[in-house]
Amino acid sequence: MAKIAISGMGIVSSIGMNVEENFNSLVQKRHGISRLEHIESKLNNSIFVGEIKLSNKELEAQLGLDQAHNFSRTAMLGAIAAQQALKSAELTTEGDQLLGFVNSTSVGGMDMTERFFYEFLISDEYQRFIELQNTGVNSKNISDFLGICGISTTISTACSSAANAIILGARLIDSGRLERVLVGGTDALCKFTINGFNTLMILSDDLNAPFDNNRKGLNLGEGAAYLVLESEKSLQNRGKQAIAYLSGYANTNDAFHQTASSEAGDGAYLAMQKALKKAELTPTQIDYVNVHGTATPNNDLSEGRALIRIFGDCVPDFSSTKAFTGHTLAAAASIEAVFSILALQNQVIFPNLNFREKMIEFDLVPVTATQDAKLYHVLSNSFGFGGNCSSLIFSKHGE
Amino acid sequence: MKGKCYINGIGCVSPQKTHDGSFLEEVIDFRNASVYEVSKPDYQKYISPVSVRRMSSAVKNSIVASSMALDEAGVDDLDAIITGTGFGCIQDSEKFLKGLIDHDEDFLTPTPFIQSTHNTVAGQIALLRKCRAYNFTYVNGANSFPSALLDALLQITSMEANTILIGGVDEMAPHTRALFQTLGQFKKNDTEFDYLDNKTEGCTSSEGSAFFVLSNEHMEETYAEVVDVFFLNNLVSQDVKTFTIEFLTRNNLSPNEVDCVLLGKNGDLTFDVVYDDFSSLFPSSNQLVFKHLFGEMLTAPAIALWLSCKIFKTQSIPKSLALDVPRSSVNYILIYNQYRNSDHSLMLLKNV
Repeated sequence: MAKIAISGMGIVSSIGMNVEENFNSLVQKRHGISRLEHIESKLNNSIFVGEIKLSNKELEAQLGLDQAHNFSRTAMLGAIAAQQALKSAELTTEGDQLLGFVNSTSVGGMDMTERFFYEFLISDEYQRFIELQNTGVNSKNISDFLGICGISTTISTACSSAANAIILGARLIDSGRLERVLVGGTDALCKFTINGFNTLMILSDDLNAPFDNNRKGLNLGEGAAYLVLESEKSLQNRGKQAIAYLSGYANTNDAFHQTASSEAGDGAYLAMQKALKKAELTPTQIDYVNVHGTATPNNDLSEGRALIRIFGDCVPDFSSTKAFTGHTLAAAASIEAVFSILALQNQVIFPNLNFREKMIEFDLVPVTATQDAKLYHVLSNSFGFGGNCSSLIFSKHGE
Repeated sequence: MKGKCYINGIGCVSPQKTHDGSFLEEVIDFRNASVYEVSKPDYQKYISPVSVRRMSSAVKNSIVASSMALDEAGVDDLDAIITGTGFGCIQDSEKFLKGLIDHDEDFLTPTPFIQSTHNTVAGQIALLRKCRAYNFTYVNGANSFPSALLDALLQITSMEANTILIGGVDEMAPHTRALFQTLGQFKKNDTEFDYLDNKTEGCTSSEGSAFFVLSNEHMEETYAEVVDVFFLNNLVSQDVKTFTIEFLTRNNLSPNEVDCVLLGKNGDLTFDVVYDDFSSLFPSSNQLVFKHLFGEMLTAPAIALWLSCKIFKTQSIPKSLALDVPRSSVNYILIYNQYRNSDHSLMLLKNV
């Protein structure tokens, strides 16, 4: 395939409300994991989360939304990050039917539904939030806010969602259906997912420690991130340069279990293999892997085995940045896409925090300090419920 | 290289008896119904009795519909499974959420949470078929299914994939239905209305699954060719006529070459008028409607695609669908759907 240019990006997470803040936190090893504050839950004191310390009111103010708005927290986080991405690409949306939007979310409007589930029926005060159960409305709120008038859609494939939004965006550019497309994902913390993951017994009661032998599970997080993908032709016409390229991608299915990953990481292995093939790269050309690395016993074992199957004895430098942000579910892949691009732009590998002891099953040690490196190609993995596995390869401008 | 995209197998579970392969020879009347219930297939023909009890409607109906489509096309090896759903697995979502609220975060079990994710259906089909291929789920209101179709069309015509299973699926849950009735999006229980001469607001919620096997290979089983699909959230800078004419022009067609237009009219007084503007472009085409028989679900365009396939194959239009005298030969069908003047989609199909 022709490489797809990336011309802009935006991000909000528990380690920063824009690209620069996120980068500074990463290189200075400042994580965003804390106790849950803006939601009242029985789990407040037993779990840690990657929470953005801004209330819904503060987010509303930042976006300038009026009182009668029906944005979920998910949509507000998304709108802030998406707006940054368009701004950094120096794009305006007005009348541009060749500028589209591929959003992704797993939470959608659940944060509002769970607050007013019964109240909706007795009081009309919050009824405008009912339709957020139609997940597409959350994306529509974002695209209307930004004035996007091209093709717009939403993907929801659990924790790989944003990677798949990036993949569809690439296909829309490749096919000539769009010239410019805003792609990524957003998810807010809510009681529904917190309790859901709690019933699966994969939430850590401590800071998450990816690829550590004594890892106890994941910390949930919230955030949003978007990239602008653009055709070469469009970039040339605008006289702009790409900040990086998407050079390969693949999505596969583990076909093993609804929530658990297979022991040998079949789906993950296939996704990485197909992405490399699409990028026409050999495994030795990958300089850094931003792993999915959720810090659950199951994921890290399965993903580690898949890495060894792909790279043999020469597994490249790798780290999971989820110890910084927590697992932001549908947004994770686009948040980590931004981190991968930052790694390429700044020729630096971000540390895998909280790692102490190598897993007994294999000889894999993540990068644990901020490390300068020659980076040309970065692989980023994201896996989700339903056996969904995605791999993306980002390449340096000029490679 | 640009290949063509054919529909080689179809399967549908819906409020009408579509699951036995018949084509509205017998019609179930839902007039004044407050909900359209699915005409149940023999689930145990496809799923073990234990699983049938555990599965939500969306999963069950989709396993049946996808099995029918795959059997018809005679394929096993898929390059992708792509679904679209408006509300996703709302029954399990509601079950988990009610448990959470009613018992103040205690006594929760993981099963409804696990099954609540939007991609449960696509994941379950992959699991059952041990299919490790590309697996996507679109959740974008009434454009969920057209999104799935566009993704598949791009992969097939670019020859990136040879065979793809796509489906549109929706289910409803009691509390969510009550909420949308409160909001006025769904008609209240016991509303009396005549679908085709309607005086009330809102639509009537329905459930169903329709699946299709798409391929770049023309076979004896082929129902139709998918020529193009396009969709937008809003028609801000243009009206529905411009939207439609531009789409037809891109496909080198004029309105009088379209034999049938299949309209997504859903009995909502306020929003059905949008279809009148669209229809006025096609004075010489057959005007067809289907939601009086199937109800409204966000993935209704999948039902419309199933009906179109049947029309092509039988070269006949059931009287129950036609607003005027049905034609005998059908070469092009254009499906237009919108929901509350949002999520506008066009799907163009050709007889082969």
